[in-house]
Amino acid sequence: MINHIVLYPILVQLFFAIVLLFAWNSVRLQKSISIFGCIVSLALSIWLFITIWTKGTLTIQAGNWEAPFGITFVADIFAATLVLLTAISGLAVSIFSAGTILRARFKFGYLPIFHFLLLGLNGAFLTGDIFNLYVWFEIIIISSFVLITIGGEKKQLEGAIKYFTLNILASMIFLTAIAVLYGLTGSLNMADLALKVAEIENRGLVEITALLFLIGFGIKAAIFPLYFWLPASYHTPPPAVMAIFGGLLTKVGVYALIRVFTLIFVGEDFLETIILSIAGLTLFSGAVGALVQNNIVKIFSYLIICHIGFMILGLGLYTEAAIAGAVFYLIHDIVVKTNLFMVSGLIYRIKGTFSMRDLGGLYAHYPMFSLLMIIPLFSLIGIPPLSGFWPKLALITESFKIGNYWLIGAVLFATFITLFVIARMWSEVFWKDGPVLNKVPNFRYFQLLNKRQKLQMIVPMVFLAMVSLYIGFGAEHIQRLSSRIAVELMNNQLYIEAVLNK
Amino acid sequence: MKTIILKTASKYLLPLLLLFSVFILLRGHYLPGGGFVGGLIASIAFVVYAFANGLEQTKDLLRIHPGYLMPVGLLIAFVAGISPMFLSALPFMTGEWFAEPLAVIGMVGSALFFDIGVFIVVVGVSLTIIFTITESA
Amino acid sequence: MEFLLALVTGLLYAAGLYMMLRRSLVKLIIGLILIGNGANMLIFLLGRITKGLPPIIPEESKVFLEPYADPVPQALILTAIVISFGLQSFAIVLIKRAYKVVKTDDLDQMNSTDEYS
Repeated sequence: MINHIVLYPILVQLFFAIVLLFAWNSVRLQKSISIFGCIVSLALSIWLFITIWTKGTLTIQAGNWEAPFGITFVADIFAATLVLLTAISGLAVSIFSAGTILRARFKFGYLPIFHFLLLGLNGAFLTGDIFNLYVWFEIIIISSFVLITIGGEKKQLEGAIKYFTLNILASMIFLTAIAVLYGLTGSLNMADLALKVAEIENRGLVEITALLFLIGFGIKAAIFPLYFWLPASYHTPPPAVMAIFGGLLTKVGVYALIRVFTLIFVGEDFLETIILSIAGLTLFSGAVGALVQNNIVKIFSYLIICHIGFMILGLGLYTEAAIAGAVFYLIHDIVVKTNLFMVSGLIYRIKGTFSMRDLGGLYAHYPMFSLLMIIPLFSLIGIPPLSGFWPKLALITESFKIGNYWLIGAVLFATFITLFVIARMWSEVFWKDGPVLNKVPNFRYFQLLNKRQKLQMIVPMVFLAMVSLYIGFGAEHIQRLSSRIAVELMNNQLYIEAVLNK
Repeated sequence: MKTIILKTASKYLLPLLLLFSVFILLRGHYLPGGGFVGGLIASIAFVVYAFANGLEQTKDLLRIHPGYLMPVGLLIAFVAGISPMFLSALPFMTGEWFAEPLAVIGMVGSALFFDIGVFIVVVGVSLTIIFTITESA
Repeated sequence: MEFLLALVTGLLYAAGLYMMLRRSLVKLIIGLILIGNGANMLIFLLGRITKGLPPIIPEESKVFLEPYADPVPQALILTAIVISFGLQSFAIVLIKRAYKVVKTDDLDQMNSTDEYS
């Protein structure tokens, strides 16, 4: 029995990227193909998710070479969930791009590159081979370089240089780590590595390799001392690009961290201490960074960093409930962050600025939009019935159990600052009577857009808000899903058996 | 660099290098070579021609913009990759082989088509890069 | 041989990091290239250096008769080289554009995206 379905999310994105390259000259055709492709991909991801949910982990050996010699693709429930979330965010951003991205950017191949980015994300989630993971990471970063620079404005290029340098450095560190790991074990298959690394007697070398992985993935995930590229670059590209970056790119680093540190490098006390302290510091520094900013997109950028801390914290605590909390937070965060950057895109379209000082009066003029925007904003804080509340609860309870009050302090501090920042944003952007702004000439204000473009901006936000509400009110389902993921992650034997057929 | 020596040589080097690139492409399955190296050699052939005769003439020679080669090559490689899934229900990228060897080329399989796809993509990408940098310089 | 290669790898990493810490954009790219080459060299070195035949089993036998070279590190290096080829050409075009638009190649001058606004 060969499970072709594992590869479908990858292949379908590749196929649509190629089709989009053929349609290079017709922007209108490209938009329709892209949206259609994302819908197909969403359908396939749902199919994959349901199959994995009922049948358990599936694997496929690319090229029919037996594991551990060939490249294995593994769809366990964790990977399938993330592929599903990628498809959801991808569809939303694809529609949003159709309404907001300038024609000139489409002319330079925005949409094909966007689909190559989704291809890389799906590949990174589904692969079971550490070097293949590196290749998918490269596909992701090359596509993201193009997306961040496309258009070639001054701030974009400046931001791109910072983004580019740090991400390549991260890849090089990752490659170095793979080289050392290959030298130690002679294998690249992650399940096989898990068995072989456990047997190595020279634990010092293993710990150093683990640290290299932590730094390499840490730069991509934007954890405490390694995040400075993120606020310097994320606010430069157009909002649609920010949405996909903020929603998924840092999360793929978190995914890799969770995968590697629950499968290959397990049970190193030294690492747990490091990860926990990094998590606390990430929470603290991201929150403080968000506190002092005035530009709403920069605030969201710092909040990304801050909330990465929650997921790293769950990984560091390393109990079943804590990992379930981290996974729940990951699921919630992808949807909410994508939506938040689209919200900021809509605010920008209405007012022509990101600065909180100049914004204001949105609630008076656009009450329905304000209601729409309040959902991601309040989910982010974690007001009880909404989605951010449940994972934080799990993380705090678990921190109590190990009695580390510094961590509880960091979590509460980060949550409180998020609340404060969002409340301030609410009063500044929505309630305050804003100053009268000078009309920017040649700027496509929201009021000037035609009906189709308006719909293309609103529909994805409504869609993601519904998903967000479901995560909040259907928390029981998501909790069951994340507990199952946590059980699978904590017992890496299950993954190894599925891959190596033992 | 418009010397008569280079100009004359490039006229003969172009077909020679292109032929050599195809040779490298075909021997790639068991011996050093393959689509990537072959593609690089083919693009070097055009780059040498562009050095001697100018960018415009090379573009006339190619007729189409090299950028168009990228999707074509990707599509060939993609189809070669998924062909085993439909022909014999084997996983993605498994080698499918024709029963009988062809004259000159030898055994033909999906791996060869994949390599041809890579060859075309590499030619397209490297020529696009080089042409763009030359134009904007 | 191993000792020499280890030395070269270390030198490449050190030189690459040093170049990256300079303030010039061009040196930044050179630094990245050097680190990339260092990483490739490291894979080559850690994949065990064996003088042997290509890892192809002769038609008449079922197992390897003579010592063979491990093909995996070479495949990894080839992949990494191809990837860095793409990244480097992108980087060169990027710094060229950035130099034209920002009108400086001093990294210390490129701080407008970090400023409070």
